[in-house]
Amino acid sequence: MKFGVVVFPGSNCDYDCYYVIKRVIGESVDFIWHKSSNLKGYDCIVLPGGFSYGDYLRTGAIARFSPIMKEVIEFSKNGGLVIGICNGFQVLLEAGLLPGAMRKNRDLLFICRYVYVRVENSDTPFTRLFHKGQVLHIPVAHFEGNYYIDPQSLSRLKMNSQVVFRYCSKDGEVADEFNPNGSVYAIAGICNERGNVLGMMPHPERCSESILGSEDGKLIWQSIVKSINERLAKE
Amino acid sequence: MKEPVKIDLNLVKAHGLTEEEFERIKRILGREPNFTELGIFSVMWSEHCSYKSSKPTLKKFPTEGERVLVKAGEENAGVVDIGDNLAVVFKMESHNHPSAVEPYQGAATGVGGIIRDIFTMGARPIAIMDSLRFGSLNDPKSRYFLRGVVGGIAFYGNCIGIPTVGGETFFDESYRGNPLVNVLCVGIVKKDMIVKARARGVGNTIFYVGSSTGRDGLGGASFASREITEESHEDRPAVQIGDPFMEKLLLEATLELIKSGVVVGMQDMGAAGLTSSTVETASRGNCGVEIDISLVPRREEGMIPYEVMLSESQERMLVIVKKGMENEAKRIFEKWDLYAIPIGKVTSDGIFRIKDKDRPVAEIPVKSLTEDAPVYLRKRVKPAYLDEVSYLDIDTLPRPDDFNQVLIKLLTSPNIASKEWIWEQYDHMVGINTVVLPGPDAAVLRVKGTKKALALSCDGNGRYCFLDPYEGGKIAVAEAARNVVCVGATPIAITNCLNFGTPTDPEIFWQFTRCVEGMAEACQYLGTPVTGGNVSFYNENPTGAIDPTPVVGMLGLIENTDLICTPWFKEEGDLIVLIGDGKISLGGSEYLYLIHGLKKGRPPELNLSKEKALYDVCLKAIGKGLIKSAHDVSEGGIATSVVESCIINEEKFMGARIDLKNLEKEGERDDLLLFGEVQSCIVASCSPQNIDSLEKIAREKNIGFRLLGEVTGKELIIEKNGKKLISQNTANLYKLWREALSLKLR
Repeated sequence: MKFGVVVFPGSNCDYDCYYVIKRVIGESVDFIWHKSSNLKGYDCIVLPGGFSYGDYLRTGAIARFSPIMKEVIEFSKNGGLVIGICNGFQVLLEAGLLPGAMRKNRDLLFICRYVYVRVENSDTPFTRLFHKGQVLHIPVAHFEGNYYIDPQSLSRLKMNSQVVFRYCSKDGEVADEFNPNGSVYAIAGICNERGNVLGMMPHPERCSESILGSEDGKLIWQSIVKSINERLAKE
Repeated sequence: MKEPVKIDLNLVKAHGLTEEEFERIKRILGREPNFTELGIFSVMWSEHCSYKSSKPTLKKFPTEGERVLVKAGEENAGVVDIGDNLAVVFKMESHNHPSAVEPYQGAATGVGGIIRDIFTMGARPIAIMDSLRFGSLNDPKSRYFLRGVVGGIAFYGNCIGIPTVGGETFFDESYRGNPLVNVLCVGIVKKDMIVKARARGVGNTIFYVGSSTGRDGLGGASFASREITEESHEDRPAVQIGDPFMEKLLLEATLELIKSGVVVGMQDMGAAGLTSSTVETASRGNCGVEIDISLVPRREEGMIPYEVMLSESQERMLVIVKKGMENEAKRIFEKWDLYAIPIGKVTSDGIFRIKDKDRPVAEIPVKSLTEDAPVYLRKRVKPAYLDEVSYLDIDTLPRPDDFNQVLIKLLTSPNIASKEWIWEQYDHMVGINTVVLPGPDAAVLRVKGTKKALALSCDGNGRYCFLDPYEGGKIAVAEAARNVVCVGATPIAITNCLNFGTPTDPEIFWQFTRCVEGMAEACQYLGTPVTGGNVSFYNENPTGAIDPTPVVGMLGLIENTDLICTPWFKEEGDLIVLIGDGKISLGGSEYLYLIHGLKKGRPPELNLSKEKALYDVCLKAIGKGLIKSAHDVSEGGIATSVVESCIINEEKFMGARIDLKNLEKEGERDDLLLFGEVQSCIVASCSPQNIDSLEKIAREKNIGFRLLGEVTGKELIIEKNGKKLISQNTANLYKLWREALSLKLR
């Protein structure tokens, strides 16, 4: 199985994701240059964090026009796994692979810190090794992570169990004071209806090794590996 | 801008050159310089580029060491060996003046500039640190500066994806109107991949890469260009505008280019832009260069050669590429959608020659602009104020009735309060190397692929330096070293920024010289050579010069990441000790300034042999796993240090019960024991069964070892012989300490 980490000009968590997949998880991984138009042979595509195209115009707004994005959309339609982290989540929203939009953080400041998120749906290829309600200690680092979605679409998200992560306290309590950026319904991560595209603001690659203070992110990568291996075994 | 017809003395002076210097230029050229040449001399001979006032003094710094691979002054940044075929490239630089004019862009471009100095040497930058100084936050202008500077650093560092892992921020009235913004950048390179900023190999091609050239930052290194002509409305402010996205592309393209093996030399176009980069690379390579400026990409119409040569537009670099490899260089830059344009070649005659197509524009001997630039031995006189401020009679100070109130005042003083509001705005984790996050004594970054880690700390107490520049200079080095020792690192080398007032003022120059002498002595003794840095003079505001502020950026090396120490208390029942025996003093303390409104007295004494012995004890104890926490005693004294160890880990607050009876020989005043400041001391904690082994190590080195108390659950209690001085709930202290800075900014 093989991961591909897309490199947009301005991506800056690309190396981190690459490192974790290769050295910590021990899977095969390539960088994929944004001008490329071939995703053959990949099982999971990572859209990493950073400031693609300097986040000029609007976060993720230019990156979605990169040649590779057409392929990523195609790839996801065929059931391939796509995970967008931070800026990658923003790109997925702009590309229409996930619903909703990002606004600037409630306090109008960039925020980088460890937060807690609660797993709302452990039945996705990305979260299957968690149990529902499990609390992860995981860092965020963004200026535009204040997720917005209109009330109607939100109920649809909830109904389809598309809300994957919500900000919460250490003990799993969801309340305004534990929501770092003002996101609607304290949303930290969502998936598409089919469940094969995940967007999340927190950075699992930053908490996949004990030396960094938390290994909670590791289970996300391992969930992906397990899902793919099962699929490959079936094929 | 139009070229003035005649070069007269007024024009010369407007360029910041003296009459004598002008005569010297004429002698060098054997003729009158033209306008472009005058501009080139003015920037290259400016204080900023030539170090003409500071050069003789800076020679006092020790620069040799077994780990030093590139010495101070040889290249754009120092390089030290950390083993495993790896080297660390690091340097600190100031961006004070631009930040005083436009805090956001001034600070942002300061970050951009220092990052380029690191990656042009072939290193991948892995961390940024900042040392910031502002006036009191009661002044709205200082709040504006703080917001702007922090915003600018965040904007640039976050976007380019290099973690800003900490630093220090200090507030004092002397910085009112003249904030200090010093930025440190650290990179890692394989030893055999270090790139020099040298032009070599006659016939090799000089490439211009990166952004186009505009009028922004014109002459930022030397003068206000608006005094030159009537048409100053055409000029842009001397502050540049940063584009971190462009720099990110430059960074990646440059590292890719170096890997391809086509690079001979490389330099950032920083201060004095195209001029300094071409001249300095030629000078270091002992050769000449010839460029055609008609080939330089421009973002504005009608720029004259003078403007092109003096522009400080950001995100540009000069790359010297092996002859015949030009297409490979172009291919890599095109991949990243960047300009890479051959604009000239390396020559053998030692002349800096500029053409505009076929028309000669300037011809200057390279060395006359660099090694042979003027150097001045400035006059120095011991400042008159020193006698008055150094005397402090502590018996005249009223004794506080309520130490709880004093403690809270100190913890909520912006100088001691948590700087979380600042560092939360910085992405301090990108790169996944940050093992110890901001807050503690030093930041720690692992070195991937090894068991090693780097520890970084910035320090410099301007108040101490104001009261005693020599001792203050020593303390700046020692405190920075002590901070990295507290996390378990051996201090190996420093970089620095020396921030002072106007060097032609003999009293300022005395301060400068004494600070450097003090730093040099400490560096020599502690075995931490100076690998580079910069000098920022002319830091003045309407009420006078800033406090003399040398800032030290210390690099420490940890051999084994399993042996990293943190400053917070770990477990109830652990014992708390004070290791070290410096003399506690109120002179220059935050307590004296905040509570009694005085900036007086002598800073705490620093005995370098005791300091060095403390490092040995601390590192040995950490290496043997004998101590569970270590935290330097600095601003706010022992009480503050203990509180910080209780609350700095927000995941788990601890309490402490302290008895000061073992400190009584320091003096009978409780405020002195609680809040007085001291050198060469750390507060450490250990499990009760290890206390004897720990004490033995300290005694072997003849270092003071005093039991302070024990770690408890939730309350902080400090007493002396049964008399309760302080009793507080630590969760409450945490809240006050954490929120103080953001409350001040509301």
